[in-house]
Amino acid sequence: MSPSVPLQEMIRAIRSARTQCEERGVIQRECAAIRAQFRQADNEGRSHNLAKLLYVHMLGYPAHFGQMECVRMIASPRYSEKRVGYLGAMMLLDEKQDASLLITNSIKNDLSHSSQFVQSLALCTLACMGSAEMCRDLAPEIDKLLRSSNSYIKKKAALCAVHIVRKVNELGELFAPAARSLLSEKNHGVLHGAVVLITELCERSPETLERFRKSVPELVHIMKGLVLSGYSPEHDVAGISDPFLQVRILRLLRILGHNNEVASDAMNDLLAQVATNTDSTKTAGNAVLYETVLTVLDIKSESGLRVLAVNILGRFLLNNDRNIRYIAMTSLQKIVGTDHIAVQRHRGTIVDCLKDPDASVKRRALELSLALVSASNIRSMMKELLNFLSTCPLELRAQAASGIFAAAERYSPSQRWHIDTILHVLTTAGGDVRDETVPNLIQLITTASELHCYTVHKLYRALLQDISQQPLVQVACWCIGEYGDLLLKGDCQEIEPVQVNENDVLDALETVLQSHMSSPTTRGFALTATMKLSTRITENVDRIRSIVSIYGSCIDLELQQRAVEYNALFKKYDHMRAAVLERMPIMEKNSTGQTNGETTGELVKEVQPVKVIQGQPPTQPPASQVCDLLDLLGDSNDSGKPSSSSAQSSNNTSSPGGDLLDLLGGLDLMPPTPVPTIPVYEKNGVNLTLSCQKQSETSLIVTLTASNSTDADITTFTLQAAVPKSVQLLMKAPSGDHLPACGTVKVTQVVVLNNPNKVNLKMRIRVSFTSQGVAFQDTVQVDSLPECR
Amino acid sequence: MMRFLLLFSRQGKLRLQKWFTPLTDREKKKVIRDMMMMVLARPPRTCNFLQWRDLKIVYKRYASLYFCTGLEDQDNELLALEVLHRYVELLDKYFGNVCELDIIFNFEKAYFILDEFLMGGEILETSRMAVAGSLEEADTLQEVKDQTVYYSVPQY
Repeated sequence: MSPSVPLQEMIRAIRSARTQCEERGVIQRECAAIRAQFRQADNEGRSHNLAKLLYVHMLGYPAHFGQMECVRMIASPRYSEKRVGYLGAMMLLDEKQDASLLITNSIKNDLSHSSQFVQSLALCTLACMGSAEMCRDLAPEIDKLLRSSNSYIKKKAALCAVHIVRKVNELGELFAPAARSLLSEKNHGVLHGAVVLITELCERSPETLERFRKSVPELVHIMKGLVLSGYSPEHDVAGISDPFLQVRILRLLRILGHNNEVASDAMNDLLAQVATNTDSTKTAGNAVLYETVLTVLDIKSESGLRVLAVNILGRFLLNNDRNIRYIAMTSLQKIVGTDHIAVQRHRGTIVDCLKDPDASVKRRALELSLALVSASNIRSMMKELLNFLSTCPLELRAQAASGIFAAAERYSPSQRWHIDTILHVLTTAGGDVRDETVPNLIQLITTASELHCYTVHKLYRALLQDISQQPLVQVACWCIGEYGDLLLKGDCQEIEPVQVNENDVLDALETVLQSHMSSPTTRGFALTATMKLSTRITENVDRIRSIVSIYGSCIDLELQQRAVEYNALFKKYDHMRAAVLERMPIMEKNSTGQTNGETTGELVKEVQPVKVIQGQPPTQPPASQVCDLLDLLGDSNDSGKPSSSSAQSSNNTSSPGGDLLDLLGGLDLMPPTPVPTIPVYEKNGVNLTLSCQKQSETSLIVTLTASNSTDADITTFTLQAAVPKSVQLLMKAPSGDHLPACGTVKVTQVVVLNNPNKVNLKMRIRVSFTSQGVAFQDTVQVDSLPECR
Repeated sequence: MMRFLLLFSRQGKLRLQKWFTPLTDREKKKVIRDMMMMVLARPPRTCNFLQWRDLKIVYKRYASLYFCTGLEDQDNELLALEVLHRYVELLDKYFGNVCELDIIFNFEKAYFILDEFLMGGEILETSRMAVAGSLEEADTLQEVKDQTVYYSVPQY
């Protein structure tokens, strides 16, 4: 075929551009020329122009102005133009473009063209970019072509039908009979297309699957013919006769034999034959063997055949070719749940693959190794896995760490081994473990009560060496805090005794507190640990007190709060300190996680060991106990509130001249008198005070108290209130509307405010009353309600 | 089925792209970028299979070109290697000792060859000779300048 000279010249021009800018310039000029050509009605070089545009499109430049030209070229009677037009349609139009519908008619016409090549162009394009509507329109045409006598067209129609079925499920019914009859073809291309079509139909419809089960003998016969036939130059690939067709037939047999005894029986012999006779020196043979193994393992095959299949996989594992090893492991992964013992035989090879330099092979080996861990091989497997963890690529670390934890959880031979393993993981890959590891480990440590001494010594030493791995540091701090007394005692059976003195321990904790590598959570752990040590050590309690008070002014809010609370524990509640900070009881394991999100999501594959168990975060109990105490004391303060506020308001009535002082007194925010009241209105004998109490984050209770400082009674006393727009107001019933003289009885009105948008609260209050027969009405604005706790 | 087939050079220039599922331009660009990044980063003599999102990626290097395809879960990776090899053989037979320049300057023919071999993400014709034969006939048809007379084709 003669090359398109204009196209090649343009390609040469673009390639000779030395910079990106130059290339853009060339392309812009060419596109302008192409656009001009498109506008001309009829010219000789139309196909060349469109080809140029397609090249420009492949370089990544916009080419949508060529869409209509494609439509026009497809309708052209010239084959050369049709060919490029359809190519353009496949490259520029897809079902999301509106212009694609315009070619439906052209395709329809071309499907019944006299030339098979024009028909094939239409079929190809429909199979590439046909939308659901187009498929629905043209499906009857395709069905007709499936029954034509031309093999060239039949094979293309078959794959076009596959595309239609994928787009519109219901049309599968239409193609089933034609597909059935195509199985008796001799032409491999048609046969292949038929098998693909039947596979697609069976995957989508169980009834069709049932019907096609009857074709199993026919398929077996075809397959036997391929396997046993002599050399056929047309279809031979490395000694295998048409491996493409063989693989497709095996795949179809897999679907038909799945969960069905009868069908599986019919194919047993064939599968055994293929498995033994296929030459496995080249990729083509291995491809067929691979598909055979997958089929054997997926149908109800007899046990001898299964053993044969697993042995083939074992042979694959020893193959020099990495690709073969990779797919062997992928297949073994699928059956490790059902044929566990068979796979265990190959454990050695799989573990060796952990050391393979190829990342894909490593990944597969890791997954398979984790699946093969069992109670009998846990120690040796864990050694290999820990080795792997220290050398593995970063993207596999998290998976390896969590797999190791799960395996250790399930099969650990002793608690000490378990703790050692977890510590080892934390030191090597501490940054990649999941969040719930820390509470889990802590929970585990509390249960191993006889190992507390050993654990705390080990963790202390690890802490001294490296404080960058946050989970490790957190666990170490927690343990030092809890079991600090054991650490200082020095003697421990399982580990060489080393004398540790109190200053060293506090130094270590302080280093953690001050280090920039420590995250806020870690520092929280360290501070709490320091506090706990105050009951476990004897000499340096002052040092602890000073550390804690320094952090009372820390910028981090969490730390500051803790430090303030611990300070309070030192100052006011010293009698409770020992009780608050005493040793924690053994924690219960929770099977459903409350604090962390990952619960059932942990079960990735059913063969993986059990999910990570959630535990309660341990640092909450001591802090919350302290809080509870303060709240109790706070409550006792609350009971004192009314008395103080009434004392305040009585102050108001007796000395109206001393307003300023009272104002200041009302705004006194010392904790013992938590409810401030402010005088709001003092005129005409009415003294109105306001006090607030915070109910929740957004709601507030305002109490307005009015009293009469004159000698005459006040009647019809009413209050009205207005607040900013976003605040909601609810006025409760007032206690009364009569204010007797000399402030003997007060009227209170409660107003409930809800401030969801947390705007600045203002209130306008209208007071209206009658005194000595004169009606008074006044408005007062309160610009800011007093700070309430 | 194959979801896509890409050919790109060692320098990251795309030479051919065939998409078997509808994707937006943006998605296509993302796939191309990801494929180039993953495949070009692979050291030599490593496994030809990768995992990307939910697809199996099979790639093979021939001289200066990388042939890269994305397969679905049920597809056979080893067979995909054979498919890529067959496509290279077809190109070689057509162009006679094919090299990257042939594919650059005759990209539309590379597409025509591909369309005779694969369709809708599946293999269309398993015989080399049949593909070569139909390509030859189609090219002959294209040569015929007369637009009303079509080459009459014998029925198989």
